Amino acid sequence: MEAYTSGNRNSRSDCLIRFTPKSKGGIKIRMQSKVEKLYGRSITALAEKTLTELWVVNGLLEIIDNGALPFVLQARIEAAVKAALPDLGGESLPALQDHSLYHSTRDRFRRSRLYIPGIQPKLMLNAGIHKPDGIILDLEDSVPPAEKTSARYIVRNALRVLDFFGAERMVRINQGALGLEDLEAVVPNNVHTILIPKVESADQLKTIDQKIDEICLSCSRKEPVFLMPILESALGILQALEIAQASPNNIALAIGLEDYTADLGTQRTSGDNESFFARSMLVNAARAAGLQPIDTVYSDVNDTEGLRRSVEEAKALGFDGKGCIHPRQIGPIHQAFTPTASEIEKAQRIVMAYDTALEQGKGVVTLGSKMIDPPVVKRAHRTIDLAVASEVLGKNWKDQFPR
Amino acid sequence: MGQKLELVKNAAGRGIPAIVNGQQTVPYKGVGKHKPTGSKTAVPVRSCADYPADGNKIQPSLKAALEKCGLKDGMTISSHHHFRNGDLVMNQVFDIAAGLGVKDLVWFPSAAFPCHEPLIKHLENGVIHHIEGSLNGPLGKYASEGKMKGLAVLRSHGGRWQAVQDGEVHIDIAVIAAPTADSFGNATGDRGPSACGLLGFGLVDSLYADHVIIVTDNLVPFPCVPWQIQGNNVDYVVVLDKVGDADKIISGTTQLTKSPDRLYIAELTAKFVQAAGIMKDGFSFQAGAGGTSLAFAIYLKKFMQEKGVKARFIRGGSTKYLVEMLEEGLTDYILDGQTFDLEGVRSMRENPGHVNTSPFTSYNWHGKGNFASLLDVVVLGATEVDVNFNANVVTHSDGMMLHGIGGWQNCLFSKCTILPIPAFRNRVPIIVDKVTTLVGPGELIDVIVTERGIAINPLRQDLLDATRDSGLPIRKLTEIKTEVDDLVGGAPQKPRFTDEVIGVVKWVDGTVLDTIFKVRA
Repeated sequence: MEAYTSGNRNSRSDCLIRFTPKSKGGIKIRMQSKVEKLYGRSITALAEKTLTELWVVNGLLEIIDNGALPFVLQARIEAAVKAALPDLGGESLPALQDHSLYHSTRDRFRRSRLYIPGIQPKLMLNAGIHKPDGIILDLEDSVPPAEKTSARYIVRNALRVLDFFGAERMVRINQGALGLEDLEAVVPNNVHTILIPKVESADQLKTIDQKIDEICLSCSRKEPVFLMPILESALGILQALEIAQASPNNIALAIGLEDYTADLGTQRTSGDNESFFARSMLVNAARAAGLQPIDTVYSDVNDTEGLRRSVEEAKALGFDGKGCIHPRQIGPIHQAFTPTASEIEKAQRIVMAYDTALEQGKGVVTLGSKMIDPPVVKRAHRTIDLAVASEVLGKNWKDQFPR
Repeated sequence: MGQKLELVKNAAGRGIPAIVNGQQTVPYKGVGKHKPTGSKTAVPVRSCADYPADGNKIQPSLKAALEKCGLKDGMTISSHHHFRNGDLVMNQVFDIAAGLGVKDLVWFPSAAFPCHEPLIKHLENGVIHHIEGSLNGPLGKYASEGKMKGLAVLRSHGGRWQAVQDGEVHIDIAVIAAPTADSFGNATGDRGPSACGLLGFGLVDSLYADHVIIVTDNLVPFPCVPWQIQGNNVDYVVVLDKVGDADKIISGTTQLTKSPDRLYIAELTAKFVQAAGIMKDGFSFQAGAGGTSLAFAIYLKKFMQEKGVKARFIRGGSTKYLVEMLEEGLTDYILDGQTFDLEGVRSMRENPGHVNTSPFTSYNWHGKGNFASLLDVVVLGATEVDVNFNANVVTHSDGMMLHGIGGWQNCLFSKCTILPIPAFRNRVPIIVDKVTTLVGPGELIDVIVTERGIAINPLRQDLLDATRDSGLPIRKLTEIKTEVDDLVGGAPQKPRFTDEVIGVVKWVDGTVLDTIFKVRA
C-alpha cells in the first residue's frame, strides 16, 4: 500500500514520518534518530502511545528524526496517519501546560508581532524569549498546500506545550473552509487572537464568529477569541469601517501590503506612496471603531535602518504596531514605538492636569489656559503606559513629578 | 584499542586509571592541592662549537633534518597548532617517518585538526602509536571509537607546558612551522605568506625538546626581527614551498553567530557583566572564539562606549572585533595567545599594544603566577554543565569525544567565569544531573547564562547580591533544568559505555581528573 508522509528529514528539531497502512499484522515501528542514544526509547514509546490514541491497529510507521521535540513527533505522526486514514476520529494531544493558560486583553500593546511558519517548529521553541508583543503561528501563506494538515497539528500542539512567556498567542488561519477547520484545532487550545487573511466583507467575520461560538460551546471555552482582520485588497480597504465594526471580538485591523499593491496593479516602493491612501483609510476605520491599527511586516531582515524608518512612518500615520519576520526586528520596533522624551513630558503634564481636575471635582481638564479634550487625555494615558512598558519611565513617576 | 584498566577513585569521585600509556598517574586531589616538589626538567647540554659558526643551520630537506635529529622508533614528535586547519607540515613529517620505516612514534601536538585526517593511516600502520593533544574532528572520532593504540591524554594549553616541565612528556624532536625565519632559526608568526600571528604554543617545545627544527616558507636574511622563537634553541632550519594554507588558518569558529537565540544569550551575558559591576575603568576580560563569545564582545563594547568605560587589557584569541576595540582606544592592550583571523595577525604586526604571549605567561601551573587569574571576567563555552556547576568541553552527552580542552581549564581561574550556553541543542538538554566527563570543577564556574535565565553559583554570594535588583532573569540552575527537561520530553537516557578506556582528562596541575570510555555501539 501507499505510504503517507509528513515532514522533512533535513530540518533541525524536526522529523520525517512515513506511515503505510496495512490491513493486518499489527503495528511495526522503524526509527532512526540523531538523538537515538539519548532519546531512542522515548521516541519509540511516544510513537506507540500516539498510534494507540489514534486507534491505529495495523501499519508500518517509519521515523527519521532530527531532534524533533515530542509535540512535533506527535503532530507529524497524527498528520501522516490521518492522511492515510482520513476517517479516524481520535486525536493525540500532548498535555496542556500551565504556562499555556494565561490570557490576553483587548487593550494590550501590539507593537510587534512575530510571524513563524506553522511547519517550522525550531523557530517556535524559543520565540517567546525575544519578548515580542505577539507570536503568530502561521497556517496560511508560509505553509505549502501539501503541509496544511501537518502545520495545523504542529500549531495546535505548540499552543498546548510551548511557553510563549507572556506574548499574545496568535494564529493566522487559512482563507475559506480550510480556515474554519483551522479554528477547530486552535480555539480549544487557548489561542488569544485569530488573524484572518484577505477580509473583504463583514459577512466573512460573521461566519468566523459563528464558528468560534460553536467551538467555544463544545469545548466550554469562556474566554473571548479576539479577531484581527487583515485587509489586503482594494475592496477590503474600501470596506474597512464595515469590517472593523462587524464583530464585537475585533481588537485590531491589520494591513497586508504585498497583496494590496498587486491588487492595485502596482508594486511596493520604498516610500510606500502607493499605499498611503490604504494605510490612512485603515487607521481611520480602526480608530473610528475603537480598534488598534496595525501596519504590515517589514520584510528586509538585514536593513535595521530601513525598518526603523518604516516604523517611524507607521507611528506618524497613527499605527500602533508593525509585523516582523525575525526576532532581530523586535528590538528596533519597540524602540521606534517608544514615546520620545518630549511626548512623555507632554503626556505627563496632561495626566497630572487630569488628576488635579478629578481631585477638584471639575468636569473640564485645563493645562495653562488651554482646555484638554477627553481623547487627548486618553491618548496621554496610553503614552504613559507605553513609556512605562518600554522602561523609559518609572511606574511611580508621579511621585517625582513637580506639581 | 580501548584498554581495560584498573581504576582508582580521585577527589572528584571519578574513577581514573592508575597507569596511562605506561606511566604512573596522580589522581586529581582538588583545586590547588597538587604541588610537586624537586626540580623542573632540564635539556641536554649543547655547545655552540657543534653548530655552524656562520649561523647557517639550513638542511636540504625535512627528511634530512629529521635524520640529523636521529629520528627512531618510539620517539615523541611535537608541533604547534597556530596554522589550525591549514597546517601543511605534520602530515609530511609522518609520511617521511613511514618512508624511513620508523614505528611507534608519539605525536604531541598542541592540537590536531581535520586537516590531519591522513594521519589515521599512520595510526593504522603503526608509524604513530598514539597522539597526546587536543583531538578535534576525525582524529577525535577515531580515538573515540577506541581504535588508537595508546590512550588519548587531553591536556589544557597550560597543562601541556606543565607536562613538559614535570618530565611527564619528553619531546625528542620539535617540528615548529614558522611563517618567517632566518637561517639561524629565529622565527616569527606575524609576517610572511603563511602568517598566523604568533608561535606561543610552540615556545615550550623550542625550550625543552632535545632537537628543534624550524620549517619555514619565508626565509629572510639574519636577523629575523622580531623573533618569537629564539634561534639559539634551534638545531636545524628547513625551507619548504608552503607551510600553511592561509585561508584555513582563519578559524571556522570565529564567525559571528546569526542565531537570534545565541545573540540574545550574548547580550544577556554582557548585561550581566555590566550589572555585576565588573565592567569598570581599568578592567580586563577574555572571550574565546565561537559565535556567542564574539557576539558578547560586541555587546560589551557597546555598553563600554555608552558608559565611557575603558579596559586595561583584553586576553585573546584575537579577532577583528578585539582589534577594533584596541584601535578605537577601548583597551590599552591585547595580550594575545593566538590570532583567529587575519586582522588579528595584522594588528599583532602593527600595534605595539597587541602583545604576543604564551601558555607560560598566561596559563602554566608551574609559573610564578600567571595571567589567567588576573582577569576580571572570562566568557567560555561548554558542551554540558551539571546542577553542581561542573562543566564538560570534551565529550557530548552521547559520550563521543569530539573536542580538545584548549585554554578552557586554565581560564577558569579568572575572577568571574561565565559560560553562556543554550539550554538545549536540537532536543538535547545542556544542563544535566552529572556531566558525562568532568573537565571543569564547579567551584571555579561562577555563572551560567542561558536563553531561559542566568544561574549564579551559590558560592558567589557577592555576585548574587550585586545583581539582585538588576532586573535580569536570575534563576536557580535546577529550575532552568526542570523547565528544559519538561520541554524536551524528560532527561535523556544515559549513553552506554563499555569498560574500555580510550582517554583521560588531565587537570591543569597534571593530575587525572576523569576518564573517557568507549561508547557501546
